[in-house]
Amino acid sequence: MYITGKTRLAAVAIAGTFLLAACGSDGGSSAGTSASGSSSTDCVAGSIKASGSSAQKNAMAEWINGYQSACSGATIDYQANGSGAGIKDFINKQTAFAGSDSALKEQDKTDADARCAAGPAIDIPMVGGAIVMAYNVSGVEKLILTPDVIAGIFNGSITKWNDSKITGINPGVTLPDATIAAFHRSDSSGTTDNFTKFLGKTASSVWTTPNAKDWPTAIKSGQGAKGSDGVTSSVKSTANSIGYMELSFAQDAKLPTAWVDNGGGAVEATSENAATTIAAATVTGSGNDLALSIDYTTKTGYPVVLVTYEITCEKGGDAALVPLTKSFLTYTSGDAAQGKLTELGYVPITGDLLTKVRTAVSSITA
Amino acid sequence: MSTTLEPPGTPAPPAAATGIKGASVRRGDRVFVGLSRGAGILILVTMAAIAVFLIWKAIPSLQANTANFFTTTDWTPDAQPAYFGIAALVFGTVMTAIIAMLLAVPVGIGIALFIAHYASKRLASTLGFVTDLLAAVPSIIFGMWGIQFLTPQLQGFMQWLTTYFGWIPIFSNDLGIYTRSIMIAGIVLAIMVLPTISAITREVFVQTPRAHIEAALALGATRWEMVRMSIFPFARPGMISASMLGLGRALGETIAVALLLSATYDINWHITEPGGITFAANIALKWNEAGNIGLSALIASGLVLFVITLAVNMAARLIIARRSEFSGAN
Repeated sequence: MYITGKTRLAAVAIAGTFLLAACGSDGGSSAGTSASGSSSTDCVAGSIKASGSSAQKNAMAEWINGYQSACSGATIDYQANGSGAGIKDFINKQTAFAGSDSALKEQDKTDADARCAAGPAIDIPMVGGAIVMAYNVSGVEKLILTPDVIAGIFNGSITKWNDSKITGINPGVTLPDATIAAFHRSDSSGTTDNFTKFLGKTASSVWTTPNAKDWPTAIKSGQGAKGSDGVTSSVKSTANSIGYMELSFAQDAKLPTAWVDNGGGAVEATSENAATTIAAATVTGSGNDLALSIDYTTKTGYPVVLVTYEITCEKGGDAALVPLTKSFLTYTSGDAAQGKLTELGYVPITGDLLTKVRTAVSSITA
Repeated sequence: MSTTLEPPGTPAPPAAATGIKGASVRRGDRVFVGLSRGAGILILVTMAAIAVFLIWKAIPSLQANTANFFTTTDWTPDAQPAYFGIAALVFGTVMTAIIAMLLAVPVGIGIALFIAHYASKRLASTLGFVTDLLAAVPSIIFGMWGIQFLTPQLQGFMQWLTTYFGWIPIFSNDLGIYTRSIMIAGIVLAIMVLPTISAITREVFVQTPRAHIEAALALGATRWEMVRMSIFPFARPGMISASMLGLGRALGETIAVALLLSATYDINWHITEPGGITFAANIALKWNEAGNIGLSALIASGLVLFVITLAVNMAARLIIARRSEFSGAN
């Protein structure tokens, strides 16, 4: 009979080993500092894990590639599992930093501060984005929309392309007598959050629901599609459709995007015009916490923008992981890394804000 | 437990080691009994652990919820205050599953019948292979195929339905848009559960005793009469359990439905209009970005799905048990 007992014991022991192994991986390990940088990048060897916003996935992939090829001993693993999951991973000490498409909310901020033993968790804006209204209406080269009209299209109060509200601001453009197929995100998304925030601020008389990551359940019109790629392919394959997505998706799908008129003339949806808006954002965080408040009513830049942050500990991060985290974020806020963003369909951080970002990164200590 | 009676390290009795005497004391047997009993217990423990986990994690959101959990259609658990309910999820899940079953059960049984009793040996094995292959296609492929290929192809059919059967309320369409509907999701689900239904019913059909079939034919029955008189009565419990298994898959299907449905939190009986959301799709769409209450609310909805699928499977078991003399195992 004892053999059965032993077998059970062995099984428990094996299972236990796996469990311990799973618990042991605390955000990767970093093995010392070694200044082996061949380029201007200040290299640190080791490995860190990060996770969060899928909006900055492509930028992160490009940057990790660039950093790792300059610094042979470094491994950075970024999982684009969503901002909410990224913040949870960071709070649970699974990762060295989190990517998020919104600054830390009150409860998360408290938890994240508690996770950083000696100091606050800070939001560092790193990647900007433009949210564009891409459309598929044959023969329409240039379409101008005002916030009120965008809100009307997406909440179902404007249903036809030749509605006088649309034709009135697009003189000389022939719009079809067709139902508008408006696509939104069916999954939770920072893009939806920023898009609805923009509508709430600029078209408050038409758009009455509060901003949220989930498309308002009160709106029964329109169609949901999963992910920016889902919205993009739906717009691409559906005639007389319109949908909101990040700029890079519209560029890749070669879909035309609407110009937005905030009252100061129509502004084209380009990376440069969006950078103007982001650079003019006001910092609402304290100290090196650079949580931003964007002026969606801007008349000079393209107003529908989003900012994704890297969230990490200013002080009190895991001592082994801080050097590589700091080195990598120094690299991503550098001119070379920011310069790559435009061609990827993102929006770089510019001006005074970029200076503040670099100050914040340089303040990171263990 | 008896295993603790002997001190560890005591050598096994020689009789057991040589394995010549009574089989009950063989070492291999004892190990095997222990292992299989352990496996049996493990499945019960797993089920209990899942149930306990779901209930435990669901409690915070149910306490925070300011809406009626069962009758509310909105899903805003992370709002202040939390406000969510499962009415739209139940509706979407049940409607897509009903459409899937209405389409898949007759076709699946037809395929099985053809393979088992009509087709030539060669055709039967090819057809059986192809339907089994359908079961191996990952559900995300069905989802992408459904949205990219099937949806545009079905536009004409949907319009035809609305034009000629629009007087039946569920087929009327006020929007003139026919994509991302419960109907299309139901059709894709039907294709997905088809192999489950046809494979199991086929196995039961071929087990019909030769004597029943020949008796029917000897009485002068045509082949269809023979099928009705001898095969269907014999195979009924198998057909029911196959359908229930298919229903289980339809209820729990996640990613294909998440890609196909428009995720509208509403009870809309116009099933050709964009809309609908199911339990599993809602969890897949909202999980990554959900806050603390949001996650808990999703788990609460998962608990309801768990109970529904459990009930479906238990109903299937009951039906089979009541007709065990025909279960096909004789």
